[in-house]
Amino acid sequence: MKRIKQISFAALAAASLLLTGCDKKGGDAKKNTLSIQNIGSDTMVNLAQAWAEAYGKAEPSVSIEVAGGGSGIGVAALLNGTCDIANSSRHLEAEEVEKAKAKYGAEPKEYKVGYDALAIYVHPSNPLNEISVEQLSDLYREGGTISKWSELGVTIPGAPDEIVRVSRQNNSGTYHYFREAVLGKKADFKKGSRDLSGSKDVVELVSTTPSAIGYSGIGYRTDKVKVVKVSKKKGEPAIEPTIETTLNKTYPIARPMFFYTPPNAGAHVAKYIDWVLGKDGQAMIAEKGYIPLEAK
Amino acid sequence: MRAKRPGYAVFAEKGIEWIIRLCGISAIIFVFGIFFFVFREGGPILWEKGTDFRLGDFFTSTDWYPTSMENKRYGILLLIIGTFTVTGLSILIAVPFAIGGAIFLSEFCTGKVKEWLKIIIELLAAIPSIVWGFIGITVINPLIQSWFDVPVGLNVLNASIILALMAMPIMVSIGEDALKAVPDNYREAAVALGATRWQMIFRVLLPAGKNGLLAAVLLGVGRAVGETMGVLMATGHSLNNPYVKLDGSFNPMWMFESCRTLTATIASELGETSVGSPHYRVLFLIGIVLLTITFIINLTADLVVKGIRKQK
Amino acid sequence: MTMHAEASPTPVPFVVNDAVRRKMKHEKIAKGIFATMIVLMLLPLIGILGYLVSQGAPLISWDFLTTNPAKGMTQGGIWSALLGTIWLVIVSLCISAPMGVMAAVYLNEYARDNWFTRIVNLAVVNLAGVPSIVHALFGMGAFVLFFDMGRGILAASLTLAVMTMPVVITSTREALGAVPMSFREACWNVGATKWQTIWKIVLPNSISGILTGVILEISRKAGETVPIMFTGAVFFKKIQEGDFFAYGLNDQCMALSMHLYTVTTQVNGAPRELPFAVATVLIVSIILINSTAIATRAWLRSRKKW
Repeated sequence: MKRIKQISFAALAAASLLLTGCDKKGGDAKKNTLSIQNIGSDTMVNLAQAWAEAYGKAEPSVSIEVAGGGSGIGVAALLNGTCDIANSSRHLEAEEVEKAKAKYGAEPKEYKVGYDALAIYVHPSNPLNEISVEQLSDLYREGGTISKWSELGVTIPGAPDEIVRVSRQNNSGTYHYFREAVLGKKADFKKGSRDLSGSKDVVELVSTTPSAIGYSGIGYRTDKVKVVKVSKKKGEPAIEPTIETTLNKTYPIARPMFFYTPPNAGAHVAKYIDWVLGKDGQAMIAEKGYIPLEAK
Repeated sequence: MRAKRPGYAVFAEKGIEWIIRLCGISAIIFVFGIFFFVFREGGPILWEKGTDFRLGDFFTSTDWYPTSMENKRYGILLLIIGTFTVTGLSILIAVPFAIGGAIFLSEFCTGKVKEWLKIIIELLAAIPSIVWGFIGITVINPLIQSWFDVPVGLNVLNASIILALMAMPIMVSIGEDALKAVPDNYREAAVALGATRWQMIFRVLLPAGKNGLLAAVLLGVGRAVGETMGVLMATGHSLNNPYVKLDGSFNPMWMFESCRTLTATIASELGETSVGSPHYRVLFLIGIVLLTITFIINLTADLVVKGIRKQK
Repeated sequence: MTMHAEASPTPVPFVVNDAVRRKMKHEKIAKGIFATMIVLMLLPLIGILGYLVSQGAPLISWDFLTTNPAKGMTQGGIWSALLGTIWLVIVSLCISAPMGVMAAVYLNEYARDNWFTRIVNLAVVNLAGVPSIVHALFGMGAFVLFFDMGRGILAASLTLAVMTMPVVITSTREALGAVPMSFREACWNVGATKWQTIWKIVLPNSISGILTGVILEISRKAGETVPIMFTGAVFFKKIQEGDFFAYGLNDQCMALSMHLYTVTTQVNGAPRELPFAVATVLIVSIILINSTAIATRAWLRSRKKW
C-alpha cells in the first residue's frame, strides 16, 4: 500500500513539475527565434507551407507557422492582430480596409505573390472537352437551368445523366471567387452541390465519380481527373489554364494571390516577403502547380 | 489520548477540503460556462439590429446562404433534416446488432470468450471520429458506389453506417449492463417453467431490461447527433433535402442522397468567419440548438435509468 | 416431463426425449443467431481497421515518427504532429486528472444525498453528452476570446480538459464506491480525520480505477479533432526535430488527428499511403493506450485484498 501511495505522490509531483516546466519553456521559445504567423487561404496553404519549409532551411532563425482555414480567417486574424501575414486569394473588401485602418492607423500592406487559375475538373471518362462561363453559371447558379449532362451535349458511358456538382464551403475564398467570376456578384449557388471543405477533396471526389464536375485550383490537378477548357462565351475559343493564358488574361477564371501584412510588421517579415517574391520563392510557385508573377 | 496535530496541518487540510469542494462543483460551473459562453457569442444575433437574421426563418427556412452578397439567409431546416435523417438511419442499423450483441454477451457467453469480446468492444469504442471519417471516404465510399451502382458514395447511407459502427460498441456495453441488472431469478423462473432460451429472452429478459436498453439506445442517439468529423467527411456535405427529388416528388432513393448536418456545418464554416459577424453568431446559435437537443436526449436517458433504480 | 422424486424409490433418470432435443436445438439456434450478430458487428470493424493498418504500416518507421513533414507535407514524417498531440495530452491531463479525481472524491466522500448533489450528478452526465463541436465553440468563446489566451496549446488543452473530465470523474467514483465502508470506519476509529482517511486509505485502495479512468482519458484526448481545430491546432508548423520541448505553452501546434484531416482533404501529391500511415499511428497508439488501461485494471484487480 505504501508503495502505491508513493507512486501516486510521485505522479502528482511530476505533473506539477511538468506544468511549471512548460511554463518556462513558453518564455524561452519567444526569446530565441523570431516567428511569423502566416494564416489564411486554403488555396495558398500548400504553397505557403512549402515556402515556410524552404525558408526554414535558408533562414533557420525564423520559424513560420502556417495555418489554413481560408482567406476569411486570415483577414480576420489580420484585423485581430493575431497574424503577421494573412494569405488571401481575394482583395480586401473596403469595409475590411476601414477596420484595419481603425486598428493600425494605416492601411495594411498588400503584396501580390502569384496567380491561381481555377480549373474545371471532370472524370477522365467524361467526353466533355470545353465549357463556357455561361454554361458553368447555368449549372451552378440558383435558378440556373442546366442539371443534366445531355444539356451540355455529352453522355458519359456507364454513368447517370444527372450532373453531380462539387463545390466548396460557403466562406472559402475559392467559393467567393467562383461566384464573382462565374455566377455574377449578386447571384447565389444552387442548393444540392457537395460543398467540400478542401481543395484536394474536390479533385478526389471528381476522380471517383464519373458524373461529377468540380472547380478547384490548378495546383491540385492529378492524372486521375481531366481539366476542361473554358471559354468566355459560347462560340469564343476555349482556353486551357496554363501559365501563359493566365498571365495574358485570356483564361477567364484566374485570380491573383495576396499576402497582407500589418503596416507595422517587423523587418524579418519584410525579409521573408522579399524572399517569396524573389527567384527561389517564385520558382516554388511553378513547382507547386500555381502561376508565378510576370517576369520583371 | 489524541496527539495534538500541528496547526499548519489542520490548516492545510481545510484548504484541501475546500479545493475538493470547488472541483466537485466544477461540473456545474462548466455546464453553465458552456451555455454562457456559447450564448455570449451567438445570442447577440437575436437582438442586434441591421442583420438579415429572422428567428422565424431560422427553423423553418431551407435557405442557408450566410455568405450571400445580396440576400443573406439563415435557415437551418435542411441541416436539421440532415442531422435527424443520418441519426435515425444509423440507429436503425445499430440497434439490432447492438441488442443482439448485448444479449449474446450477457446470456450466452462466459469466461475467456466474454472477457476478450468485452475488451475488443472497449477498444473499438475508442477509435476517434476522424479515423471513421477517413474510413468513410476511403473504404465505404467505393463500396457503396460499386454495390448499389450510385454516382456518389458520400451520402446518408455512408454516414449512417459510420455512425452505427461508432455507436454500436457503446450501446453494446451499456445494453449488456442493463441485461446483467435483470435479476437471475427471473431467468431461473422462466427456465423452470419450461421456457426455451429463446422464449426466455423475448418474453422475460427484454421486457424486464427494456428501460436499460432504451437508455443505451438514447445514449447512442446522443453520440450520433453530436458526431462531427465523421459525418463532415462522409455525408458529402450537401445542402440538400434527401427526401425530395428535383421535380418536387418524394425520393425513394433518399439513402443515396447527400445531406448536411448541424455539427458539420459549424466545423466547416466557423474557421473562416470573422469574429462577431452575423454568420459567426449564427453558427454559435446552431451550437445552442445542438446543445439543447443533446441535453434533452441525455436527460431522458438519465430519467429512464433513474426509473429502473426506483423499480428495484 | 413430470418428476415425482419423493414418490418413486429411485429417481427417474434424465431422459433425452424429443421435447428436450427440440429445446436443445432451439438453444443452439438462439446462440448461433446472437453469436452471428456480434460477429457481423465486429468483423467489419476489425476488417476495416486491419485494412487501414495494412495499407499504412509499410510507410511507418522510426524516421517517419521522428522527422518533420517535408515537401509540402507530401514527404517526411509526422514528428511535429506527434509531439503536438503528446503536449496537448500532457498539459490537459495536468489540469483535468487532478480536478476530475477531486470532483469524484467530493461526490463520493463529501456530498450528501440532497438536491444539490443530484444537480451536480446531472451536470456530470450532461457534460459527458455535450457534442465535441459545442466544446469547440465553448473553448473558442471562453478560452481563446474571453480569457484572451489566443489560439495555442494552453487554450486547446483546457478545452480538451473540460471535455474529457467526466471520463475520470465517472471511473474514479466507481472505484471510490467499491472501497468498503468498513475500511473508512476502521480508520476513523483510530482517530484519523476525514481527509487523512481519504488520502491514506480510500485513494490508495481505489488507485486501479483511477488509473484506468486517467488512461482512458488520455486516449480520448489523443483522438479528438474538433475541439482543437479552432483553439490551437495548425495546418503546419516546423519544429526542432528530436527536441521534446520544441513547443511552448502558448504556441500553436500540429496534432495527429488534425494532420490526418489535412492530409486527407488538403494536401496534394502525397503518396496514397500517407494518410493511411497517419491513421495507423493514431489507431495503434490509441489501442496501445487503452490496452495499458485494461492491463492495469486487470493487474491491480488481481492484487485486491477484499
